[in-house]
Amino acid sequence: MNYRNVLSILGIVLFAEGILLSIPLLISVIMHDDCILAFGVTALSAIVIGLALSFARKKTSDLTAKDGFIICGLSWIILSLFGALPFFISGHVSSFTDALFETVSGFTTTGSSVISDVEALTKSLLFWRSFTHWIGGMGVLVFILAVLPLSQSRTMHLMKAEVPGPKVGKLVSKLRFTAQILYAIYIVLTIVEVILLLVGGMPFFDAVVNSFATAGTGGFAIKNASIAAYNSAYVDGVITVFMILFGINFNLYYLLLMRDIKSVLKNRELHVYLGIIVLATAIIAADIYSTYSSVADALRYSSFQVASIITTTGFATADFNQWSNFSKTILVVLMFIGSCAGSTGGGIKVSRIMILIRNSMREIKRMIMPRAVMSVKIDGKPIDNDTISGAHSYLCIYLLIFCASVIILSADCFDLTTNFTSVAACLNNIGPGLSMVGPTGNYAAFSDISKIVLIFDMLAGRLEIFPILMLFNLSAWKK
Amino acid sequence: MNIVIIGQGKVGSTLTEYLINESHDITVIDINVKTIETITNTYDVMGFTGNGASYKVQVEAGVGKADLVIASTPTDEVNILCCLLAKKIGAKHTIARVRNPEYSNQLYFLRGDLGLSMIINPELDAATEMFKLISFPSALKLDAFSRGRVELAEIKIDNDSALDGQILSQLYKKYNLKILVCVVERENDVFIPGGDFVLKKGDKIYITASHAALSQFFKAIKNYQHKLKKVMIVGGGRIGYYLAGLLSASSIEVKIIEQDEKRCLELSDLLPKCTVICGDGTDQTVLNEEGLNETDAIVSLTGIDEENMVISMYAQHRGLKKVITKINRQSFVGMLNTVGLESIISPKIISANRVLGYIRAMTNSESSSLKTMYKLVDGRVEALEFEISENSEVIGIPLRDLRIKKGILIGCIIRRGQILFPGGNDTIEKYDSVIVITNNKGLTEITDIITK
Repeated sequence: MNYRNVLSILGIVLFAEGILLSIPLLISVIMHDDCILAFGVTALSAIVIGLALSFARKKTSDLTAKDGFIICGLSWIILSLFGALPFFISGHVSSFTDALFETVSGFTTTGSSVISDVEALTKSLLFWRSFTHWIGGMGVLVFILAVLPLSQSRTMHLMKAEVPGPKVGKLVSKLRFTAQILYAIYIVLTIVEVILLLVGGMPFFDAVVNSFATAGTGGFAIKNASIAAYNSAYVDGVITVFMILFGINFNLYYLLLMRDIKSVLKNRELHVYLGIIVLATAIIAADIYSTYSSVADALRYSSFQVASIITTTGFATADFNQWSNFSKTILVVLMFIGSCAGSTGGGIKVSRIMILIRNSMREIKRMIMPRAVMSVKIDGKPIDNDTISGAHSYLCIYLLIFCASVIILSADCFDLTTNFTSVAACLNNIGPGLSMVGPTGNYAAFSDISKIVLIFDMLAGRLEIFPILMLFNLSAWKK
Repeated sequence: MNIVIIGQGKVGSTLTEYLINESHDITVIDINVKTIETITNTYDVMGFTGNGASYKVQVEAGVGKADLVIASTPTDEVNILCCLLAKKIGAKHTIARVRNPEYSNQLYFLRGDLGLSMIINPELDAATEMFKLISFPSALKLDAFSRGRVELAEIKIDNDSALDGQILSQLYKKYNLKILVCVVERENDVFIPGGDFVLKKGDKIYITASHAALSQFFKAIKNYQHKLKKVMIVGGGRIGYYLAGLLSASSIEVKIIEQDEKRCLELSDLLPKCTVICGDGTDQTVLNEEGLNETDAIVSLTGIDEENMVISMYAQHRGLKKVITKINRQSFVGMLNTVGLESIISPKIISANRVLGYIRAMTNSESSSLKTMYKLVDGRVEALEFEISENSEVIGIPLRDLRIKKGILIGCIIRRGQILFPGGNDTIEKYDSVIVITNNKGLTEITDIITK
């Protein structure tokens, strides 16, 4: 492994975080709250250490795929460690594990919280919490690729390690422009949402942080009652639509910009994704109709909850913990499906599930006709065997991590629903689960060991397991 | 510039590597998934898998918006079809690799109708390069500017050479010849020398001069070799065929050794003046029996790099005047220099450099147009020829007043057919051809040489 290059890129990541931390620092200064010192110290140390590390770079050496994974895994860990400092130093979160949990939950766009009274936090901390969603949504390395001209040709490995989905491609031939286009789309969609929320009468600060949380499909709310606190059908509607939009593969927006509407309309993953949302909304609406007694209300709450869970955002407008077991089960299933590949959402991803199902269908057909030759196709294009076996091994490791996490969590002696859904919510980057960790509950009650396991799950879920797993592989660290 | 490269074989991938270093936007198409995967992982390019000659694939790869499409698949016909289609879809320029000798002649005739901007034939390019070396054996490498008016020759300073320890300014005075040493390669360093530079044995130097001055210079330093009369070619492939044709046309005796009997028959039909021997060129007894000792030069052109190396090393050992080796894998070249093989030809590099020169010249500016470009010393130095237009900024200013960037040397000026080695008082005039030697890469116009 090329330690100096890895260190230098980590330095750049840290430097970028220091710069980004100056925004909440500014807010803190304006609001005169007690977090000036916390943000100041963190931002300054991130910038200084980052700059120092970034000089470690050797001129002539390339990045391998392995370096890409290691850099990706380490950057996210370093980001989270530094990102947690403001919570801890300011004293608003007393234990460092809790601060780290909150920050990892932010960067990985999970939205699980250990803070029971969110409204007691200062505005600067609330901003930073939601801002981590926005940064983590599109990815830090993608951000760095967009801003800095990293002159190495092989930086594609960085992008591949960070962007979710079974297969990562570019939009245009230059990686830097690809990253810039992705961020441009991301920024524009976020601004549109802020404007629409302002139109609905939401205060400016709330509109911005809620938009950040939606854009990253994160789900940190700044009210204890989440989005329900605004009690407005308009706000619910806007956020529902934008959650769904941010769960769509960003490549499709680029195709729309290129006026290639035909390819967008023909995209199978989009069909399946929207199909699942419509179907799940209809089923849940029918099921909860008796509780809300009006079709409009049933649709409003079911569509919001379905969008929130499938895009792995995790906002809540209703306490779905009180819904029937049938509706709850459907929501849990949606947790695992997740959003589209190449979006800001988490989960297993619709396209990966499509590949797995179609491959299984092929195997069944093969049992009937052993000599038949068939290829697995998506959008009319054959999927190569490497991608298919990649999807299978992903699912296998995903399930192993899931089981192991549930077993470790069960040592805390909470009920199975709590344990099962909290791991599901963290590994899929959703946020709230059911029972004790439902929309009104939080993760504060878990032991430190359980919290560390969940931190690992959140990182593994956001980075699609392999970059984090690679850090535990000793042979990857050899030169 | 937006460039699409179809086919990622030897020439295609070399071009991708070169063009990405010149920061163009590159899209590559290849039929092989694995090839595309490797290329997209290694270089910052966009990759598409599929048949490059199909309309669907070309449209998807954005050929319509491309400034240039280069077709370098293994098949000539496919390449021509790729370019025809690309032109129709809207590509501005197209370059096709066509290497079948039966097509290459008629293609120059058809070029206009097919809309091809350029045809590359790596085998013919390589053969031409080898021909130049054989017809001027004193130099390790020879390039020409301004339609042959100025030559750029590479020579090595041997242990007992008169050049060892010479100061350049004194050297010019001593021989009173119009020559200029413009690049010196010493071990791993490259210098663009000034007048006080001292040459050492083991240096490789590049000299610009007219053909006549160059011959006189070689005679003066007793490095002149007379014209070679007998050449042995091992391997009767396409390069061998082209080379034998060129050599026998300038009445050099050629003997081709080829293993395949059928190919031997073909060659003897096509090249009536040459002797074709059917035998294994890697076998010493065959080489000796066919008169290796009486031969002036050997060119090893088999399809396997290792065999070529062994044949050349054997010939070198037997003391032939000129040994030329064809190598495909670039990583071997450095190794070959250490065993004393100096004239090494790599067809893909030659073709890639030609295309690169063409692409540089496509971006013609108002002040000058780039005529020729050569890459020297593994591409670390470039030699460029600019033709100055009427309204260039540099016209009429004495060279000492032009703020010329570091690492740039004005090699010579060709004014109305006369070669001029300029001093500080000389000026550049309109319609001059100016030869610039530089280690700043990416120069596209004459104004790039001055600091702004």
